[in-house]
Amino acid sequence: MKPRWPTRLAALGVLAFLYAPIVMVVSWSFNAARNGTVWEGFTLRWYQALIESPEALGALRLSLGLALASTLLSTVLGTLLALGLRDRRARFLESLLPLPAFVPDVVFAAALLLLLALIERATGFSTLGFTAMLVGHVTFQLPFVTLVVRARLRDLDPALEEAARDLGASRSQTIWHITLPLLLPGVIAAALLAFTLSLDDFIVSFFTGGPGGTTLPVFIYASLKRGLSPVVHALASILVVLSVLAVAGATLLRSRNP
Amino acid sequence: MSATRFTRLTLAPGALWLIVCFALPLALIVAVSFASRGEYGTIEGPPTLANYARLAGYGELDYDPFYARVVGRSVALAVVVTLVCGLAALPVASAVAALAPARRNWALAFVTIPFWTSLIVRTYAWQGLLAADGWIARLAAALGLIESGTALQPGLGAVVTGMVCDFIPFFVLPLYASVEKIDWTLVEAARDLGATPRRAWIHAVWPQIRPGAFAGAALVFLPSLGQFVIPELLGGGKIFFLGGVIQQQFGPALDWPFGAALASAALAPVLLGLALMASRRDDASAFLR
Repeated sequence: MKPRWPTRLAALGVLAFLYAPIVMVVSWSFNAARNGTVWEGFTLRWYQALIESPEALGALRLSLGLALASTLLSTVLGTLLALGLRDRRARFLESLLPLPAFVPDVVFAAALLLLLALIERATGFSTLGFTAMLVGHVTFQLPFVTLVVRARLRDLDPALEEAARDLGASRSQTIWHITLPLLLPGVIAAALLAFTLSLDDFIVSFFTGGPGGTTLPVFIYASLKRGLSPVVHALASILVVLSVLAVAGATLLRSRNP
Repeated sequence: MSATRFTRLTLAPGALWLIVCFALPLALIVAVSFASRGEYGTIEGPPTLANYARLAGYGELDYDPFYARVVGRSVALAVVVTLVCGLAALPVASAVAALAPARRNWALAFVTIPFWTSLIVRTYAWQGLLAADGWIARLAAALGLIESGTALQPGLGAVVTGMVCDFIPFFVLPLYASVEKIDWTLVEAARDLGATPRRAWIHAVWPQIRPGAFAGAALVFLPSLGQFVIPELLGGGKIFFLGGVIQQQFGPALDWPFGAALASAALAPVLLGLALMASRRDDASAFLR
């Protein structure tokens, strides 16, 4: 049934509402006004200032390194998990996978901090900082990666794997030469989404990052406490553009049929 | 390699990771909520219900329902945000479902892109959008709704705005999965048999989209109970919600057992909902496929 014009108008209104903050931040990053949000002309000055700020570049480097490392780990673990979940006996485990999406992020971050503190008390080994953030990021990425790869696996034609097996390939040969190459677009899409999740995380890094854990979102949060600065708009715009590119890439990969 | 051995080898690393890094910490936080705070912020036994008594208002001093009010306020905020998100998600899901099949995935991606961008960025953008010199405040002033030069943030309205903007995609995805599958012949039959549009909607449309609406409501309501960033940045630090007081106890106040009790309060509905879902055999992840 075709929706009538009020429905379509309302849908467009909601989309405008969703995009308003992103579009505004990007436009402010090119705004010559030092204070406030009223347009005073185009400038690239804030991007220039950003390149000359060692703190901002340090945060960018930390965020990218953390996102790369956590994505690599979670993609490997998640792809394996998705392969194993094809076994019918793992159905219960599969039904639990979406659970992390329902848990408030502050609760997870606090719980992880608690675990790490107890480990430190028992062994004297402090993980707060990069290791803690890495563990936290992999944990919230893992279910996402698994669900995305699992969806791709469901769309694969089982006849291809069966043919390989019938022709004498072992299970690992079949996985390596047939399943994984067919799965690759789904795996890359999952990795792109995981990368975005890590790049945009604030809460887990804020709780477990320690003094040296200033990732981009933490840096932006700290700058906000000192008041909005146009340089923050430039930094935020870079973060937004990176995420949008990654998600568009993932969508492109996922929309291609296996 | 046998099928069983293959399954074990592939499942073990990821499952172990999630047990150690997700399930174990959550179990620990529930356990620590029954401990008490030592002199230097340490966690000490023996088991006690004092944290929960304090949460309910019966602290060491007089009856003070500060934290009970925080819980109530957080639940009320989550309810309002869930309702508004549902109202906003319905036209979006309907409009996307009406597109040609090839364009639906792209339309859905378009709806979800904002969710994938940084929450901090989107939230502080609302600070600017709702500022006194922002175009929304100026428009409202021109219409005589507010006095010229007043900002629309910080405040409760700004918090709701930021939360709704963040959570709408969570409602759209599962709702769309239901709307897309609506059998419209049922609605036509209802209309042919003399049902008014309203009755047709209640009896022929709503039962078909109910599973998606419930999944969407859960995906908005439960995580929004503990939202920290949005009330922090748009609430002006004067209105307290669960996420903020949890952070406070784990941060500056250094009372982890009490923070754990507050976190358990935010976690309880999740576990309750999970048990309910398991008993009804609903699959909340269906929309992610």
